[in-house]
Amino acid sequence: MILPQDVPLTWYLLLSAALFSLGVVGFLIKRNLITVFMSIELMLNAVNLSFVTFAHQWHAVKGQIFVFFVMMVAAAEAAVGLAIIIAVFRARSTLAVDRIDLMKL
Amino acid sequence: MNAPLHLWLIPLLPFAGFLLNGILGRRLPKSLTTAIALLAPLASFGVVVVAVMGFNSASAPFVEAYGHWISVGFLHVDFTLVLDQLSLVMLLVVTGVGFLIHVYSVGYMAHDEGYARYFSYLNLFLFFMTLLVLAGNVLLMFVGWEGVGLASYLLIGFWFQKTTAVEAGKKAFIVNRIGDFGFLIGIFLLLANFGTLAFSEIAAKLAANPAQGQVLSGGVLTIICLCLLFGATGKSAQLPLYVWLPDAMEGPTPVSALIHAATMVTAGVYMIVRTHFLFDRSPFALSVVAIVGAATALFAATIALVQTDIKRVLAYSTISQLGYMFLGCGVAAYSAAIFHLVTHAFFKALLFLAAGSVIHAMGGEQDLRKMGGLRTKLPITFWTMTAGVIAIAGIWPLAGFFSKDAILYAAFLQGTSGKVLWFLGLVTALLTSFYMFRLWYLAFMGQSHTEDAHPHESPWSMLGPLVILAILSVCSGWIGIDRFAAFLAPAVGPLHLEGGNALWEIGLSVLAVLVALEGWMIANKYYKRKPERPAQLAAALPHGYNILVNKYYVDEIYGAAVIKPLLSISKYLLGWVVDTALLGGIAWLLGGITNFAGVILQRWQSGNLRSYAAWLTAGAAALLIFVFYISIGSYMGAHGIDVPMNLHWMGH
Repeated sequence: MILPQDVPLTWYLLLSAALFSLGVVGFLIKRNLITVFMSIELMLNAVNLSFVTFAHQWHAVKGQIFVFFVMMVAAAEAAVGLAIIIAVFRARSTLAVDRIDLMKL
Repeated sequence: MNAPLHLWLIPLLPFAGFLLNGILGRRLPKSLTTAIALLAPLASFGVVVVAVMGFNSASAPFVEAYGHWISVGFLHVDFTLVLDQLSLVMLLVVTGVGFLIHVYSVGYMAHDEGYARYFSYLNLFLFFMTLLVLAGNVLLMFVGWEGVGLASYLLIGFWFQKTTAVEAGKKAFIVNRIGDFGFLIGIFLLLANFGTLAFSEIAAKLAANPAQGQVLSGGVLTIICLCLLFGATGKSAQLPLYVWLPDAMEGPTPVSALIHAATMVTAGVYMIVRTHFLFDRSPFALSVVAIVGAATALFAATIALVQTDIKRVLAYSTISQLGYMFLGCGVAAYSAAIFHLVTHAFFKALLFLAAGSVIHAMGGEQDLRKMGGLRTKLPITFWTMTAGVIAIAGIWPLAGFFSKDAILYAAFLQGTSGKVLWFLGLVTALLTSFYMFRLWYLAFMGQSHTEDAHPHESPWSMLGPLVILAILSVCSGWIGIDRFAAFLAPAVGPLHLEGGNALWEIGLSVLAVLVALEGWMIANKYYKRKPERPAQLAAALPHGYNILVNKYYVDEIYGAAVIKPLLSISKYLLGWVVDTALLGGIAWLLGGITNFAGVILQRWQSGNLRSYAAWLTAGAAALLIFVFYISIGSYMGAHGIDVPMNLHWMGH
């Protein structure tokens, strides 16, 4: 991966932090289950960005390897998560998280 | 070293019978069950007989070790079986009489639903009893000791639908447990003082150093002996632990004959004789044995005078006769005690089996007052029972006379106190003769007292053992105490009869026979010629009669003095205070705390996904802030940067 040498580390980290925060906020306030799900993906990718940034900074390949791990977990999570979402939609005909509350005592 | 005798076969053959009948008995045909049940003790008896053939008195004892059992620190216990003159005699009695009673049981228990179960228990008993007899060390003996107690418990409570039988079984087990406590303490003391549990090694250590120096003062030896004696009083139904034996009559009658008359109850006598080298060195313990024996003999005989249940008369008679054996042990006449053990095994097994035949004929009736006139209806039972009655009464020339006389003569020669014991024994002999002939008159003479009963003679499987035992009861005494004592001498020491002479011996024998005949005469007068007299006597002496009928109120006294306090402690202190209040309280408190925490925490579980998400995020943020502060704090601390006060605690 080739990064412009004159872009400082801080910028990448700030971008990553911004993406992560966006993910958190979406995770918290969105009512559609799919959007919440996408927010989680956003957070994962924000973390991926920090990983590659540090890997570049310290010329260590470990960070990039971790990115692959994260992507792999994200893919598995997407498969399971989407399956659950479809199952929920079939059962309840809605994806509004406020109405998916059958677990409540 | 001779060729191996394969002693291990003697206990293990009945054990195999127990396993086969116990596991498969319900599925096997009855004939096969019977075959297994009879073959096991017969084969065992056969091995004993082969051992007798190969027995060479000069090279006894035969010791066969089958490997180590326990080896911890200085404690070494092996699986050792020992065959010497003493265990040989016991084995012949146990397996021989045991086999006869097995045969008898085939007829007696023929119509019982628990046929296979009965025989598996009976074989189990023989396994443990032969193990007890053959054991070469105290611990292995204790295994057999406990095992026969278990078999006894199982067989007393054999008819477990009957509440009285179940309670009698429990009583026997618990009372025996009290005695076993003493036995166990004795075993521990032996181990602590001798460092070994093998009989031969203990005897060798005592012989090498009679005083045992500082290691073993006479007091310790006396305490060991008294502990062993306490164990023996439990198993052999002596004062103060005899109370279980009369109740044990709830079991099937052949069981009473085998376990509670002929073999198991003599285990206490056997144990004392087996450890005689200890008792020999403690005159005090020996005199306690003698006093316990004489007191029990007289005490039980007086109770037997007024009992009306045919089996209970015999039960008290057994206790009384065991008292004689203890008396014999107590005056160091071990071979006389064993002689009486053998003859008693024959005639008491005979009496019980004959009583069983009577009960069988009467359709389960055990009350002597409802019997009578059975002489013509049950001729063979009558004649064999007569042999048993004359034998136990001690009338020449039947077996009981010889063995009882030997014990009484040995007691008589023990100085003044010995004369007192001899006199007690003589009075007991009078009472014994009286109550046995009373039983004889009530059951067999006079008129029948129940019209609807149609007594019939028992089958030959029951009569055969009766006849054999009757012959033994008549003849076994003819061996003579001198020959018997000479045979046993290598194992139990010679029979000392110093200070006596032939004139005294014959005179005392004649006196004993006269006393026995007098007992017969009194019984004849009261129960044949003047049958109204016993009731008149009872009315004239109501207090004395009531005390005897109620067996000196010993059960009631034990109930008030021991059982009731124990029950109160169990119920109130242990039950209410410890169990309910303390343990229950702790358990309740823990459960309550958990439950309360659950009530509080369940409010978090709103079921709202976004609230979970919010808590998750908040938690992650809190964790992040925490880690952030720690890393800053430790970084600054490590680089000598002044740490702000509010961060100082985090990094270290």
